[in-house]
Amino acid sequence: MPADYTEIPEAAFENIEQQRDASKLGMWVFLCTEVMFFGGLFLAYCEYRHLHPDSFAAASSHLSWMLGSVNTVVLLASSLTVALAVRAASLRSAGTVNLFLVATVLLGIAFLSIKGFEYYTDYREGLIPGSSFTYSSSQPGVQAREVEMFFMLYFIMTGVHAFHMIIGITAFIVLIAMSRQRALSLQTIENAGLYWHFVDVIWIFLFPLLYLVGHH
Amino acid sequence: MEPHLAAGQFQLFPDQASTFAAHVDALFFFLLAITAFFSILIAGLIIYFSIRYRRSASSVPHTHGEPAWLELTWTIIPFCITMVIFVWGARLFALAFHPPADAMNIYVVGKQWMWKVQHPQGRREINDLHVPSGRAVRLIMTSQDVIHDFYIPAFRVKQDVLPGRYTSEWFEPTQPGEYHLFCAQYCGTSHADMIGTVFVLEPSKYAAWLAESSTGKSMGDTGETLYRQFGCNACHGTRAPTLAGLFRSTVKLENGQTVLADESYLRESILAPRAKIVSGYSTIMPTYKGQINEEQLSQIIEYIKSLRDFRAPEPENKP
Amino acid sequence: MNASTQTLPVAVVFQRASPSYLNDGYSVRSWLLTRDHKRIAILYMISITLFFFIGGAAAVLFRVHLLTPSGALFQPETYNKLFTIHGVVMVFFFLIPSIPAVMGNFLVPLMIGAKDLAFPRLNLASWYVLMAGGAFTVYAAIAGGIDTGWTFYTPYSTMFSNTNVIAAAAGVFITGFSSILTGLNFIVTIHRMRAPGLTWFRLPLFIWAMYATSVIMVLGTPVLAMTLSLVGIERIFRVGIFDPALGGDPLLFQHLFWFYSHPAVYIMILPSMGVVSEIIPCFARKRPFGYKFIAMASVAIAMLGFLVWGHHMFVSGQSMYGGIVFSFLSFFVAIPSAVKVFNWTATLHKGSISLQTPMLYALGFIGLFTFGGLTGLFLACLGVNIHVTGTYFIVAHFHYIMVGGAVMGYLGAIHFWWPKMTGRTYSEFWGRISAAIIFIGFNLTFFPQFILGYLGMPRRYYAYPAEFQVLNVMSTAGASILGIGFVLPLIYFLWSLKYGKRAGPNYWNATGLEWTTASPPETENFDVTPEVVTEPYAYELKEAIDAGGLH
Repeated sequence: MPADYTEIPEAAFENIEQQRDASKLGMWVFLCTEVMFFGGLFLAYCEYRHLHPDSFAAASSHLSWMLGSVNTVVLLASSLTVALAVRAASLRSAGTVNLFLVATVLLGIAFLSIKGFEYYTDYREGLIPGSSFTYSSSQPGVQAREVEMFFMLYFIMTGVHAFHMIIGITAFIVLIAMSRQRALSLQTIENAGLYWHFVDVIWIFLFPLLYLVGHH
Repeated sequence: MEPHLAAGQFQLFPDQASTFAAHVDALFFFLLAITAFFSILIAGLIIYFSIRYRRSASSVPHTHGEPAWLELTWTIIPFCITMVIFVWGARLFALAFHPPADAMNIYVVGKQWMWKVQHPQGRREINDLHVPSGRAVRLIMTSQDVIHDFYIPAFRVKQDVLPGRYTSEWFEPTQPGEYHLFCAQYCGTSHADMIGTVFVLEPSKYAAWLAESSTGKSMGDTGETLYRQFGCNACHGTRAPTLAGLFRSTVKLENGQTVLADESYLRESILAPRAKIVSGYSTIMPTYKGQINEEQLSQIIEYIKSLRDFRAPEPENKP
Repeated sequence: MNASTQTLPVAVVFQRASPSYLNDGYSVRSWLLTRDHKRIAILYMISITLFFFIGGAAAVLFRVHLLTPSGALFQPETYNKLFTIHGVVMVFFFLIPSIPAVMGNFLVPLMIGAKDLAFPRLNLASWYVLMAGGAFTVYAAIAGGIDTGWTFYTPYSTMFSNTNVIAAAAGVFITGFSSILTGLNFIVTIHRMRAPGLTWFRLPLFIWAMYATSVIMVLGTPVLAMTLSLVGIERIFRVGIFDPALGGDPLLFQHLFWFYSHPAVYIMILPSMGVVSEIIPCFARKRPFGYKFIAMASVAIAMLGFLVWGHHMFVSGQSMYGGIVFSFLSFFVAIPSAVKVFNWTATLHKGSISLQTPMLYALGFIGLFTFGGLTGLFLACLGVNIHVTGTYFIVAHFHYIMVGGAVMGYLGAIHFWWPKMTGRTYSEFWGRISAAIIFIGFNLTFFPQFILGYLGMPRRYYAYPAEFQVLNVMSTAGASILGIGFVLPLIYFLWSLKYGKRAGPNYWNATGLEWTTASPPETENFDVTPEVVTEPYAYELKEAIDAGGLH
């Protein structure tokens, strides 16, 4: 990407190239911390799935793999729109950048809406952990307490993921608003894109782990 | 080591009252020697260099070459020393995890903030533990609430006591006397009160002490009563797997896996019977969670342990 | 060194063109909204000094309580809250930030020839995050306290304690982000903003130490954040993640907790080691022996430190094989530290040594860290660990490292860079006296605790058997001496701000880019970005040029 030397670097930097590099490295380091943040959750999930395979398979069958798949496609599409926004930024077509950022936001909202709908159906089926949890099964190896554990982890993991998505969507909205006043720097859009791709990657792991237990 | 001192006397080193203690102390003194050697070496060199090379009008610092062989030497030699320590310590650790086959079992339940001890012959204690000298003793322990830890410094043994599962530790006392028992995992307000005394008695005195029990019923006897009271005999032997010879045997599960029928398996089978289904049987056993307390559980387990299949060989005592 | 390309960064007589960073605006707003890394460092220094004395006050109180076996001073609940708040405040609000947030913030840009860190606003934000976390935790302490121990073990913390667990966990959670942001800032700065000619192996060893520390901060702290979140969730929703009564696993908590908290101890010690690596060469007038080995040892410690957390769990119910693996790896992590100690000692050989206060702290560090580190071998050793884990042996071990090591390193750093940070000199007489008092008080406090531990006295006990009293009294006596030792620097440093002799740019005649700036430095640090052409620690050359002159 050609450097725009008309951009003025922040005070600490020697030149815009250095600022850009630092900004990109900063985002990558931050994403490493996010990987570690989710890592603990994945570890907890893996332990309990290993200990209670049948309960987790039974619990997972109550999740709609269809809605999960739709959401996966939606999120992947939003990663595509973000990548296209970055490309448009490098080609300096600000209008196209905005178009793709708006598309990303809409797809993100679609994802969250579908997720919200899933949460609602779980609520209706009495699968929210806590005092209102109702579940019984006569299958061998399936215990209600372990199914509740699955759903606890499901809500925490997808909830933390959704929280990160909300942050990402908000960031894009802020960028769209800012772009009315001045041209966004390529690095800013790239960084936002990196963050969004990371959120996407987390989902790519969450989906099979949570939705596809026991499915062949 | 010196004979046991009465509790309350100032000491700088703890009593050695178990076979394990001597092993631990030997390793400890080795570590102490290494610590003393390197501490004195480094401190000595620092002090010596600070004096010998103190700054004066004529002192000129001399930077010499930095040979890689020196770096390698003082990397490899400490590494070798640490590996010796590691192997020695690991062997002791493995010893702690493998009680002798003829160890006698005593059940311990920890709760905020007391220890409840049950001897298989029936006698019970609170915050005290009577054991015979010269005999391996294995403690089977669980907690009713939070994590505790059963620590006998004079024996050099310690093991966390967890809710929801059994943990165990073993020792062979060598010296009759009275020794401290401490809870060594912070467990709330009165953690420091969860202490007691371990009484090591000569075997004959221990037998006499056991016989002083008020009821005369062993854990297994009480367990047998509970076994009928909870209706276990209604199914086991017919619709449910027979329990004779079950303890320490290998059980085949319906998902193809095999499992060793130790105390933990027996406990789980009573509290969460659907977790492991024996091959060829179905899931009709109800859970007794909430209906049987920890002491009753251990009594039932002791009873089941006593149900020997007289055709099978004597089971090994594994950790 | 190639004589023909020598260009020393020599300090010239300054005509101050612009104000120092201390004089660049006096309003409260100019401090609270500053982006200057040096001002942020001062903000941190004031905050963590406050937290240190809060944690220290708790310690004084419970050490006095422990003068008698039945513990006459406090109720058990209060005692438990005191040791908990001591641990939480000292670990999360003093030790973890200390050198990185104070000395690192001040020195990293200066040492690499940069004008500031990569993300100055993020830097300021990280201070506010620390203060927000501190506010939560202080609230938790005042409004009823917290009694879980700084380790928050479950199920006690999630299901049984009726103290302010969630508030305290929230406070620590928030503060963790301060650590993450600082580490992120340092990593990017060190990678991207080094002055021309400053290659990796020309970096001061303090920078290597800060880099290694930052990697740990960035990778380890998020796991703690998640773990504390799960504790809060279990406490609020009463669904078992860690509680066996509800199907959870208490050992899962311990694994997750120690996965951070073990590397955390390297966050606490690596910066001090970096400080020692700066002080020793300066006061021995020699470059550090084995520079590359010391640098690589820092990185090795950071990496290996992530592999050994299970050594806190040998008797927890963890499998025997797990214990064996963690013990094996724990011995590995001891070796780079030993290599550093040997290299520092070798640096003294044939040096020209003077024993001013910073050097006293650095040498004290080496002695106490060596001893404390060796006691770590006892703990990594499985057979002995069974006997001493959960006892005062552990308490003594980590205080030797944390106080005898990390705090002495911090004090050494403050004394060494005080002329640079403030432009003033402290009283060398009182500096040496305090160092001696601290050394004596420290050893008297904690050495008896090794004996207590092997005798079997468990930790976190508000009362104990009578035969342990003599050693407890010794320990408390030492603690009172240590307390005096810690208060003295507060007094003479504050005094020096007004009455101390002014210091020139390079008070100690040290090498390093920070010593080429004014004392205190201008806001922009350097008028012109320096270019580095020599190896670091060019003391031999300096000595030759200065012809042995003493200041």
